[in-house]
Amino acid sequence: MTDLARSRIDVAIIGGGPAGLAAATRLKQAGIRRVVVLEREPEAGGIPRHCGHPPFGLREFKRILKGPAYAARLVRRAQHHGVEIHTGVTVVEARPHGVLLIATQDGVQEISAARVIYATGVRETPRSARLISGVRARGVINTGALQSMIYLKNRRPYQRPVIIGSELVAFSAIMTCRHAGMKPVAMIEERARVTARWPSALFPRMTGVKLLTGTKLTEIHGQNSVTHVSVQNAIGTPEDIACDGVILCGQFTPESTLARSGHLAVDPATGGPVVDQWGRCSDPVYFATGNLLRPVETAGWSWNEGRQTGACVAADLAGNLPDPETVVSLTVTAPLKYVMPQRITLANGEGSMKNLQLRVSRPVRGTLLARSGEAIIMRRKVNLLPERRLLIPVADILAQATGGTVEFEITE
Amino acid sequence: MSKTQKFLHEETFDVAIIGAGIVGCAMARRFTLEGARVALIEKAPDILDGASKANSAILHTGFDAPSGSLELQCVQDGHAEYLNIRESLGLMLDPCGAYVVAWTPEEMGNLEAIHAKAHENGVTDTKIIPATALHQSEPNLADHALGAVHVPGESLIDPWSAPYVYLRQAIENGAETFLSSEVTGGAFDGTSWQITTPSGALKARTILNCAGLYGDLLDQALLGTAKFNITPRKGQFVVFDKAASGLLDAVILPVPTERTKGIVLFRTVFGNLAVGPTAEDQQSRSDASTDKATLEGLIKAAHKMLPALRTMPITATYAGLRPATEFKDYQISPTPDKNWITVGGIRSTGLSGALGIARHVFGLYQKMGHEHSAIKSPTTPKATVLAQTGPRDWTQDTPGEIVCHCELVTRREIEAALTAPLPARSLAGLKRQTRATMGRCQGFFCTARLAELTEGHFVLPMAQEIGTGDQP
Repeated sequence: MTDLARSRIDVAIIGGGPAGLAAATRLKQAGIRRVVVLEREPEAGGIPRHCGHPPFGLREFKRILKGPAYAARLVRRAQHHGVEIHTGVTVVEARPHGVLLIATQDGVQEISAARVIYATGVRETPRSARLISGVRARGVINTGALQSMIYLKNRRPYQRPVIIGSELVAFSAIMTCRHAGMKPVAMIEERARVTARWPSALFPRMTGVKLLTGTKLTEIHGQNSVTHVSVQNAIGTPEDIACDGVILCGQFTPESTLARSGHLAVDPATGGPVVDQWGRCSDPVYFATGNLLRPVETAGWSWNEGRQTGACVAADLAGNLPDPETVVSLTVTAPLKYVMPQRITLANGEGSMKNLQLRVSRPVRGTLLARSGEAIIMRRKVNLLPERRLLIPVADILAQATGGTVEFEITE
Repeated sequence: MSKTQKFLHEETFDVAIIGAGIVGCAMARRFTLEGARVALIEKAPDILDGASKANSAILHTGFDAPSGSLELQCVQDGHAEYLNIRESLGLMLDPCGAYVVAWTPEEMGNLEAIHAKAHENGVTDTKIIPATALHQSEPNLADHALGAVHVPGESLIDPWSAPYVYLRQAIENGAETFLSSEVTGGAFDGTSWQITTPSGALKARTILNCAGLYGDLLDQALLGTAKFNITPRKGQFVVFDKAASGLLDAVILPVPTERTKGIVLFRTVFGNLAVGPTAEDQQSRSDASTDKATLEGLIKAAHKMLPALRTMPITATYAGLRPATEFKDYQISPTPDKNWITVGGIRSTGLSGALGIARHVFGLYQKMGHEHSAIKSPTTPKATVLAQTGPRDWTQDTPGEIVCHCELVTRREIEAALTAPLPARSLAGLKRQTRATMGRCQGFFCTARLAELTEGHFVLPMAQEIGTGDQP
């Protein structure tokens, strides 16, 4: 039996990936007594556990590691600082006052914590939510599933898949395939150019994978297993590509199941909980951190956010965070995709996020405006790509906004 | 047929049921309980793999069925029997009721006729309610709903656990099942049939054709003629995130057209909210593909009815094929001189009608002169509990590892489904028996673990060990 209920929990962290472990470690370093990480998988470490390739760890350990080694180090460091890590524990419900219903190997249990940090990360958008046409044949999976099959279970689902998408993770998919002796047939990207930054764009050519940009996956064919896919290029020419599987890469979405089914406000734009500059959710007992906040940044970035959130929660427990009394809501209009945090508490306090994070949904060049009612409180020339984040100092908003809503827009 | 014919079973069965869909499973149960020796033959490795794999999981009252039809009789008998055996077999029921909602003045004008027909069909608890009462019960429904017929008796059920337990009850009481056994031929010698499959032959005195989408083809192949032609009607569905299920209580039905019941908005007992089906006639009997434009249309229609759905992510999409014929009613007909009963054209109410259909067909079988003595005290297995409100395995003592986090499926449940008595032989079969991978992430987190746990169990393995098999 897990001894979770044995004494009062100061902070419960849901999710033992880079962000959750970093937050937990930071909380212990700040002298918080009982910090528990609740991890539903058999081992903590998160997504890097099944990314059997570099580069991980530069920011955290000043060296280049493969995912599993990096994950193991994060776990060891957390344990070294006295973090309790409970694996095989699924949080089923999160309720007001930090009450958590958990499912364990031994049965269902209710625990409570003074503060709860959500660090449940992201996952890729599956076939269904992409509304991809065609049959539901065996062999259509996300990169994450492929990687855990190959790196954790030493199994491969097929031999000659097509790779859909060209975010960074798609290049990771190529490396994963090569590791397992699989030969991807093609990488298919709907946009005119590869999404991941140079030099990743050279990678398919280096590895002999045909790169088809400006090409759309239109249908998956097969009966039991995938036999081929139909694609269409920018001028509408259709083509069939023989393959025995499809790897759907990227289009990350926060794993916000608990927040959604619970009592917290969720932002449809990020898909994660609504937070203020301390990562505080609509119920201030709850915080959120890492990739759950918005899709998707690197493990190192998430780790850094986790550390910061850990410090904020420690400050909150010491009574040093201002109450969320006067709050400004932040909103965006297209082509801006999201802004995070979505709320700014008009007060100063230690450990706040330094920057707002914004993203666009397509390449755009123009002037970014922030409006507060009739007044334009910020104006800035921008040249943005979807894969690049835009950072706006929180201090700029704090200095100018007085309440209500601040709307971000881009005039092209 | 060669003289060295291999037999799947020594015995000459009383009946061989061809097709293990919902109807075949209910049929196996009914005939077994009545004392017949039953063989159930299915071409797929798992049961419920044709028309029965996708439906809207509603137990209908028959309020809108054609009056005087066999369909109405079977749906109402089936509904009644479901309620009777619900406790003993541990079947799921969410008696949420339904509203037939009028969205236009023209549809408003049709409500009276729908209400009158329900009464004619013996469903006397329906009521016409105004928009205010409708919005009181379903506050998230769009403002432009003008009124509705309330049908309190429509309910949600588990469309897979129910037929599984029908068949398990048949098996526990003596029925034999032969899966992965496609019927490729057969001959009648005046008293019994010899059916051939690639894995061996089978002898039975009477054949019940429950072959669903292939019903007409089977009649043609073995009887030489079919009384109907099947034109598969595809229905696509979209399932929204579980958080959406809180937006709706009852089933929202449209005012029907001549051809179809139309697009329904419904919760599932698994805690989702779904919209569908479309009605698309096609030639292929196996192509249950979805297409983006149609799915987008469904989503738009759902948003229009329930505006709060706009912020809800999509969890799943699927399509099912209904064995529609050129006739409106079920096509159930005995061919007594050939010891054959065709059970065809069960196009959209099979789940509700199955138990009633089985009773009706047993009646026809008796009229053909067959007699058995019913099993005195049959064993009654319990259905697997997969409904969100039921006592799921993860809530029990020491459930062990949870494999599928989205749907909270335990390793214990997966291992049970992979072993006896109707073992999952494909991921699709495992999904129907356990719900593994059917949640939000659609297998992102648990596919690898499932590949490991299911090794050696599936006809087509999910993965193979690296370093074995063909190298690319």
